Amino acid sequence: MSKHLLEVRNLRIDFPTRKGILTAIDDVSFHIDEGEVLGVVGESGAGKSLTGAAIIGLLEPPGRISGGEIVMNGRRIDNLEYEEMRKIRGREIGAIFQDPLTSLNPLYTVGRQLTETIMTHTDMTPTKARERAIELLTEVGIPAPETRVDQYPHQFSGGMRQRVVIALALCVNPKLVVADEPTTALDVSIQAQIIALLKKLCREHGTAVMLVTHDMGVIAETADRVAVMYAGRIAEIGPVRQVVKQAKHPYTEGLMGSIPMIGHTDEKLRQIEGSMPRLTSIPTGCAFNQRCPKAFDRCFKERPDTIAVDGTEVACWLYDKEAAHV
Amino acid sequence: MVAFILRRLAQSILVMLVVSLVAFFMFQFLGDPVNQMVGIDTPEAEREALRERLGLNDPLIIRFGKFVVNAAQLEFGLSYQHKSPVTDLLLERLPATIELSVVSAIIAFALALPAGVYTGLYRNRWSSKAMLTLSLVGISVPTFLIGILFIYLFAVVLGWLPSYGRGDVVTLPGGWTTGLLTVSGLKAIVLPALTLGLFTLTLIMRLIRAEMLEVLRTDYIKFARARGLTNRAVNFGHALKNTMVPVITVTGLLLGNLIAFAIITESVFQWPGMGRLFLQSIQEVDLPVMSAYLVMISFLFVVLNLIVDILYYVVDPRLRVEGHGGGH
Amino acid sequence: MTDTTSLKVTPSKPSLLFRIWDHELCYSFRNSPLTVAAAVVTLLLILAAVFAGVIAPHNPYDLASIDLMDSELPPVWVEDGDPRFLLGTDNLGRDIYSTILYGMRISLLVGFASVVFSAVIGISAGLVAGYVGGKVDAVIMRIADIQLSFPTILIALLIDGIMRGILDREQHDAMIIPVLVLSIGISNWVQYARTVRGSTLVERNKEYVQAARIIGLHPILIMIKHVLPNVMGPVLVIATLGLAFAILTEATLSFLGVGMPPTEPSLGTLIQIGNDFLFSGVWWIAIFPGMTLAILVLAVNLLGDWLRDALNPKLR
Repeated sequence: MSKHLLEVRNLRIDFPTRKGILTAIDDVSFHIDEGEVLGVVGESGAGKSLTGAAIIGLLEPPGRISGGEIVMNGRRIDNLEYEEMRKIRGREIGAIFQDPLTSLNPLYTVGRQLTETIMTHTDMTPTKARERAIELLTEVGIPAPETRVDQYPHQFSGGMRQRVVIALALCVNPKLVVADEPTTALDVSIQAQIIALLKKLCREHGTAVMLVTHDMGVIAETADRVAVMYAGRIAEIGPVRQVVKQAKHPYTEGLMGSIPMIGHTDEKLRQIEGSMPRLTSIPTGCAFNQRCPKAFDRCFKERPDTIAVDGTEVACWLYDKEAAHV
Repeated sequence: MVAFILRRLAQSILVMLVVSLVAFFMFQFLGDPVNQMVGIDTPEAEREALRERLGLNDPLIIRFGKFVVNAAQLEFGLSYQHKSPVTDLLLERLPATIELSVVSAIIAFALALPAGVYTGLYRNRWSSKAMLTLSLVGISVPTFLIGILFIYLFAVVLGWLPSYGRGDVVTLPGGWTTGLLTVSGLKAIVLPALTLGLFTLTLIMRLIRAEMLEVLRTDYIKFARARGLTNRAVNFGHALKNTMVPVITVTGLLLGNLIAFAIITESVFQWPGMGRLFLQSIQEVDLPVMSAYLVMISFLFVVLNLIVDILYYVVDPRLRVEGHGGGH
Repeated sequence: MTDTTSLKVTPSKPSLLFRIWDHELCYSFRNSPLTVAAAVVTLLLILAAVFAGVIAPHNPYDLASIDLMDSELPPVWVEDGDPRFLLGTDNLGRDIYSTILYGMRISLLVGFASVVFSAVIGISAGLVAGYVGGKVDAVIMRIADIQLSFPTILIALLIDGIMRGILDREQHDAMIIPVLVLSIGISNWVQYARTVRGSTLVERNKEYVQAARIIGLHPILIMIKHVLPNVMGPVLVIATLGLAFAILTEATLSFLGVGMPPTEPSLGTLIQIGNDFLFSGVWWIAIFPGMTLAILVLAVNLLGDWLRDALNPKLR
């Protein structure tokens, strides 16, 4: 196995509160290889955004990494000094957030925000940086970039703004981009365009993407592999086709089943009973045990190990007999 | 842009008219101007004649119209108490008040800006918390008390600075008297300016801090950090700039506040300004002075507000350009 | 299929007292020693003022009990001090300690009354503006904007001046407290109105309000039942900070000579009296009332600050 671009090993994120310590991310491990798109999917509160925040080193206090490590290109990045991490941010790891309206500073022109980022990480002159900025705007599909570059964010529509955000995230060619719900705040008609753009640019530049979303459809379209998160843990992780068509974890099964499919006219929309447990009341054993139709007594006692099955990794006792532990 | 200015001008005129109305009613209806102007023995016939001459029997609209026209020409009649033209009285004292207010404003802002930014950026340091608590004292202790304490400490106990008055003043061409060109004048303005500015300083500092804290939590700051921009760029290039926009406008309004609070400071330090005159006019129910002060101060505020609104317009691009929400 | 019923036993519901104690608000209160101190101080001062009649060793309004020979005596711990007058006496021979207690009573009375007055006007205006909308809203908000561009002290002075014009001297002095409440009250209603209006606008468009209207519930009932609860938090903050401000304003007006007269002095009046004596070394007439005033206002401000931070959902 070639060295992974990014490796997250046994990551643990805690929130000290007055009621005790809350574990929001509990022993999460995964990797992303160069150029590949890893989808991270799960309900709100499952911990997807937190994981992304931890990777770019912008975990908001009082949250803190209390265990595990994050390794990029063989180098540990979760314990770096602020200034060291700052140099990595933007340059090697880019980020895209959910709301394009609030991601851009309303008082600066789009061009200024681009050139500033470019000049922070490279030693281009202002003129060259501006040229590069216009190039980037063209790449992301903004018409008349020479005029647009001097306009303010409020003069762009939602979709256009997100394109600018993408340009900003990719402007110094990072190896990895953490995209946190990049299309959730956009009109449905534009979502597809933005996803397509992201996909295209990352293929062209060889950028890996960690695509965090709760939209399974986007994952199916875009990702190479997908990790399914539940209550701060990974339930299943594997190649996207496999996970979608042959879900192994009962939670993933439930997720796939709840997506309305064109052509299936007879069934009611399937739902998973109950709701994800709150951080303060995660049950002993498997976090999904209270909603799982296939749970048995071991599920209530021990947290499942991650087990490799047919190229996918599942955290479920159902597969214990079949394959060796990972 | 032009439409905006015109609209604001129209609003300003409306405000001035409303204020004039209030001033007019005060002037004409509270107390009888004639009775104030003549002696007790004057027979009724003479008073009636005087009323006729002063136009007091004309219909209301005409009287109001005359009032407005006069006011626009700065003609406010005679003071009941001083028996001299109100306008002269006020204009004489205008430079003193303006100088005091401006110097206070400069001191307040110059100190509040770094303090506010510091406590906003480093909110968890104990030095920040100390400053914040101190600032609470600044808005809790009344201005006049601070003034008295200052006088006691610096004038009575230490004897470094004068405890009242404006010192020696120099009359500039155009009639403006300034105390800033003499040593005694400079000494005299220190304590009053500090007293007056303290309250405003505290307000501005807390405002800057609050805004800064809000801004530091926005998505665009998060995104700026995620792009790896330096701390300096994030804190001062982005956060500070966004903080200052609402702050600048509020500061402009606070200048108006200063002019009003000058009333207190002038009273404590016996500073010969308009505020002190106004205060006396309230105690003596000298209505012409009261209404004239009202009109003049309102005018000042209206102009200040107008400038502030235009400033806001200039500084925030969102208000300026009619956005072209282009394609997707 | 395994039985998936919960294996946990539901604990008995904690008592009401515990729930209050454990509530976010109480927690944040307990955790801030400064706030607790402020609350204690405020409570003590209020109690002292309310029970001034009982606590004060002398009655400063009883002219018969005042002896001019006792004037300008220093506090008891200074040479020449008299144990009858703990903090010394003023120029008329009144006991400073007692006069401060009675004066604080007036300051608090005027403060609370004007806050209630402002709140009533402001909340009503806000409700009406928000619910009725249209021209009424525009007019009310325009008036609010105009008033907001003028400093409160000016408005308070102006109204006092107008009252002096309407009433003659005697009437004015007899009614000085209502006049003060009126002046300060009118100068401070705008913040309440704006907050309440904002909340009203939000609620007005919600479905249950529309539904209530269709059923025929009186709009006033709708407003009271739905809007007021939402708005109580911010209003409380405004009221607390407003109390501090009202006390300050009354003290300032009294100091300037347009508030409480020397015969019925509030803290501000005392300071004004004492001001004339500072330079001759008789410092206690001004300093003690000054300290009391500062501590009172500081304590109330601290409470208001804490309340604002505690009720602000964003800061949690």
